[in-house]
Amino acid sequence: MTFEPRLTRNWGDPSVVDIDGYVAKGGYAALKQALAMEMSELIDVVKASGLRGRGGAGFPTGMKWSFVPQDTGKPTYVTVNYDESEPGTCNNRELVEREPHRLIEGTAIAARAIDCHTAFIYVRGEYLWQGMVIAKAVREAYAKGYLGKAIAGTSYDLDIVVHRGAGAYICGEETALLNSLEGLRGQPRLRPPFPAVEGLYASPTVINNVETLMNVPDIVTNGAEWFREVGTEKSPGTKMFTVSGKVERPGNYELAMGTPFRTLLEDYAGGVLNGGTVKAFTPGGSSTPLLTAEHLDVGLDYESVAAAGSLLGTGAIMVLDQSDCVVEAARRMVEFYAHESCGKCTPCREGSWWATRVLTRLENGYGREQDIVLMQDMGKNILFRAFCALADGAVSVINSSLKHFPDEYQEHIRLGYCPLTGAPADHAPAVVAS
Amino acid sequence: MAVFEGSVLDDARAVIARYPAGGERSALMPLLYLAQAVDGQVTPDALVEIGHLLDITTAQVEAVATFYSMYRLRPTGTHVVNVCTNIACALRGAKDVYEEAHRAAGMAHGQEISEDGILTLHEEECLGVCDFAPAVQINFANHDNVSPQRIRELITALREGSVPEPARGPAMKSFRHASRVLAGFDDDAAEVAE
Repeated sequence: MTFEPRLTRNWGDPSVVDIDGYVAKGGYAALKQALAMEMSELIDVVKASGLRGRGGAGFPTGMKWSFVPQDTGKPTYVTVNYDESEPGTCNNRELVEREPHRLIEGTAIAARAIDCHTAFIYVRGEYLWQGMVIAKAVREAYAKGYLGKAIAGTSYDLDIVVHRGAGAYICGEETALLNSLEGLRGQPRLRPPFPAVEGLYASPTVINNVETLMNVPDIVTNGAEWFREVGTEKSPGTKMFTVSGKVERPGNYELAMGTPFRTLLEDYAGGVLNGGTVKAFTPGGSSTPLLTAEHLDVGLDYESVAAAGSLLGTGAIMVLDQSDCVVEAARRMVEFYAHESCGKCTPCREGSWWATRVLTRLENGYGREQDIVLMQDMGKNILFRAFCALADGAVSVINSSLKHFPDEYQEHIRLGYCPLTGAPADHAPAVVAS
Repeated sequence: MAVFEGSVLDDARAVIARYPAGGERSALMPLLYLAQAVDGQVTPDALVEIGHLLDITTAQVEAVATFYSMYRLRPTGTHVVNVCTNIACALRGAKDVYEEAHRAAGMAHGQEISEDGILTLHEEECLGVCDFAPAVQINFANHDNVSPQRIRELITALREGSVPEPARGPAMKSFRHASRVLAGFDDDAAEVAE
């Protein structure tokens, strides 16, 4: 499937980082156009485009905007989720590094669509320099009249506030993000009420991912039909994919939705590192169930990946090769959820910690036969039993690794060490009680 | 001595003014960074003073300060070195980088600060630089594709008093410098006194 790059089309041109370079490439024309449109027209064109949230859930963006009530007597807010922290994911980072004004323009258009006059960009704490890049771009946009009072020659006012996180994965969950932005611990809120009705400062709020918003200016300029020219019927447009792990050329690549993983791996990422073979991969970050070498031809869109038993998530593909131990990888991935659990819900807080302990003993050869059933049982008691989906990510790893690699777990138990690395020097065979 | 006084108090007021009326508590996170820029950690005094500035209790401030991993409530090295060991970096050899960092720094696992007070080592979860794994940050500035040999060089340079140029963006002269930038003061960030 051939297509013209959209989000990455200016990546070769460092001049677009500054506002003059961005405007010279046609930047902020879409904002001017949007300011001349009715709010409902803007929402309708984004709805018709079929744009879906790129942060993982894939919720239709235009529909999200349409849920914002305009009769509450409260202000409305747009909050940009630039808290990119899903392991394996870094496309938002590079999108902003290379073209920060596209994010500001998309944010301003979203603000206009819901009559918001103060928008927030929540930047992941560890993205220290990227936060400086977006803050500088915001200052430039104020200086050139695209932000502040009476923007772009209209009577519309819009402020953007840059807010830094401080190292908490959970703040990528939208209600935790709102709590964090309000100066609270980043713990998820009970829904309903949904943020569209009661979000930031108990006011109607739209929370959108960076990549999602960066698609919006082109949709306004070129229309919904243009957006749908690429991608699939239900997953239109392009998507940013991050490829990492055992590949020759790790990186961020823009592809048409629905492109087979094999194309991304072989034509873009240069194939498996050192001519190795794919053992397993995450299609959408460490929260999404592992797929295997059987799934190389799965199309990378929401529906196809779901049909293969996983999720497109954030489009973060981490590749394990034949030399990587699945039990070790699963332990490290689950450890992350134990570390990042906010502690609010017992199944997540205790379950992720416990699962890490069980996986650690399996990895080190101290596992027992019942551990397999124990972990499956644990998964059932974690899945969908917390305020948010954080610990569901751990269950994805556990269940998918057990499903695709049952023998590798069994070998660890039988041998008392990892079959890939071999017996440690001090290994003594287990004494089996008669 | 107060944490928020003189120009730092002016900065704190500017931070609070970023947020809409009624939303002043949103300034809590940047104020914690600002306090950290002054003392190299968030001190008990800072928790009390931030409570006064925002008209909330010390306990409410502390609850937030202890939730987020980028606030340090204990003595911290001049430079904080973060080594990602999450899966994407682990697949590219991050475990060896992490171990070598400890050897090069002469620090034991779990030791939060080196004897000379120059270094704090931190095992990190995914830093969002999976395309250049293994990823390391020095005062939250990124170093790409770091090998065990490279981490030794980086740590040696810090010990010798120079901060290596990061892969992208400016170097942060210290953890305090980085904290000031994170509080939203990018322009005069270089002014942080050591």
